Amino acid sequence: MSIRGAAHIAGVYEHPGRHLPDTSLALIHAEVAIGALADAGLTVGDVDAYFCAGDAPGFGGISFAEYLGINSVSYTDTTETGGSSYLIHVGHAAAAIAAGKCRVALITLAGKPRTGGRPPGGSGNVSTAPEFGFETVYGTSVLGLYALAAQRHMYEFGTTSEQLAEIKVAASLHAQHNPNAFLPNPVTIEEVVESPLVSDPLHRLDSCVITDGGGALVVVHPDVAKDLDRHTIPVLGHGEAMKHLDAGRIDLTHTGASSSGPLAFAEAGVSPADIDYASIYDSFTITVLETIEDLGFCEKGRGGAFVTDGGLVAPHGRLPFNTDGGGLCNNHPANRGGMTKVVEAVRQLRGEAHAPVQVPDCELAVAHGTGGSIGTRMGSATLVLGRGEG
Amino acid sequence: MSSLPTPNPPIDPAIAVYWAAAAEGRLVLPKCSECGLVHWYPRPFCPDCSSRSIEWIHSDGAGEIYSFTITRRGQGAYREASPYVLAYVELDEGPRVLTNIVDADLETLAIGQRVTATFDNVPEVEAALLRFRPV
Repeated sequence: MSIRGAAHIAGVYEHPGRHLPDTSLALIHAEVAIGALADAGLTVGDVDAYFCAGDAPGFGGISFAEYLGINSVSYTDTTETGGSSYLIHVGHAAAAIAAGKCRVALITLAGKPRTGGRPPGGSGNVSTAPEFGFETVYGTSVLGLYALAAQRHMYEFGTTSEQLAEIKVAASLHAQHNPNAFLPNPVTIEEVVESPLVSDPLHRLDSCVITDGGGALVVVHPDVAKDLDRHTIPVLGHGEAMKHLDAGRIDLTHTGASSSGPLAFAEAGVSPADIDYASIYDSFTITVLETIEDLGFCEKGRGGAFVTDGGLVAPHGRLPFNTDGGGLCNNHPANRGGMTKVVEAVRQLRGEAHAPVQVPDCELAVAHGTGGSIGTRMGSATLVLGRGEG
Repeated sequence: MSSLPTPNPPIDPAIAVYWAAAAEGRLVLPKCSECGLVHWYPRPFCPDCSSRSIEWIHSDGAGEIYSFTITRRGQGAYREASPYVLAYVELDEGPRVLTNIVDADLETLAIGQRVTATFDNVPEVEAALLRFRPV
C-alpha cells in the first residue's frame, strides 16, 4: 500500500510567540491546535485522530486530547523521535487515513525552553537507557556530539567552517523577511566563523535558536479536503529511519536521511532534481550539510561546494531552503524543528511564503526532520509534498 | 587518574564482567562466540546474530582517534572541567567508542592519532571510566 495522495495537509499553524513566559505549555498546544484547525476550516469536533510526542506530558496522548476537547479518537500515535516526530506523525496519519482508521488527524507540538524549564529530554537524560553509562558520563553535550560529526566530515571531505557558515547566512537572509523571526538580522560568513567556538569546529552561530512556541498540522482524507475552501497539500511520499551506533560501526558522515530520503522519493515517484523547495532540519549547520548530501541533492562529500555562493538562498539558489529562517534563525520551539519544517513547506506550496523568498511555481517540496543526534542515534523522516489543485 | 569528573555509571549486572575488569584497569570487550563480532557498547548478547554466547576478550586498549571535539562549555560536573576533549576512538578490534581524550596537547590533537586506554575509577561503585591518552 502506498500513501501517495492518500491524505492532504489541510491546516497548518506556527505560534507567533518566541518568548512566552506567561503562557503554559498546555495552552500553547491548545493555541496551535485551534490555529491549525481554523486554517483548515475545521473544528475540534471534526478531529478523530490525535498525534503528539514527548513534548506533550501526561498520560500518552490522552491528557492532551482531553485538554484540547477531542472527544472521539479512533486513532492515536505518540511516536517519539525527537524533532522529527511530527514528520513521522504526518506519514503515520496518512497511512491510517489510507487504511480507513480515521479522517481528520491533528498533530501538535509546543515547548518553552526559553522560559519554562527543561525541554523534552534525549536518551542521555535517562539513566536506565542502555547507552547512558557509556556516553553521558563522558560529558556529552548536544553541540559536542554534532561537532564530532562536523569534525569527521571536514576530515574526510575537506569541508570548511566557511562552507558551514554559508548555511547560517542563507537562513539569516530569509529570516529578515519574517517579522516573527527570533534572529531577524542577516549575518556574514565572517560573523559566523568569528563567533565563539562552543565545541570545535562548531561556533555559537552554527547553532539553532532556543525559543518558546509551537505548531500544529491537520491531515485529512482527500474527500474531506475536497469539501474545504482552503488550499490543501497532498502528501506524496514519506520515509522514516533509525540510525544509531550500529554496535560500534557508526559512520559520522551520514545521517538517517540516506535511508528515509530514498523511501520518500520512491513513494512519491520523483527524484531530488524535481524538488523546487526543501525544508531541511537545521539544529546546526552540519545537520543541513550532511542531510543535503544524504537526500541526494548532491554527491556525498560535495555539500560544502553545493551550499557555497548562495546555493541555498531563495528564490533562485540551487536549492531554496528554510525560507522562514529555519531553526537557525526563526524558531526552534521545544528544541524541536520538525513541525516548522512542514509548516514552511506548506506555505511555499500554497504560495504563501514571504514574498521575497517565495519560490516561483513551487510544485514539489521536501520536508526533512532529524531527531536525536547525528553524533550518536537519530530518528530521520522525509516527506515529499505536492502543490495539489489549490 | 585524569582530572575529569567521574560520574557513577549505572551498573547492569548482566555486564558485570566488563565493569569489574575496568575497576582493575583492564579492558575486556564482548565478542560473539558464534559470529565473531566484537560489539560496543557491551551487552550480554550479540546485536548481530542474537547469540547469548559472549566471550570477554582481552584488549590492549590501542586505537586511533576517529573524531574529536574540544568542548569549551561543559554542563553539570563538566562545567568546571572545560575545556575537555570528547571523542570517538576506533579500537584496533574494530568498535568505535565514545570517550574522552586526556593528557593531550589540544593544539596538536588530530583524527588518526594513536591513543591508548586509561581508566578512571569512580568513587561509589566497582567500576571505572574508559578514557584514552595519546601514545
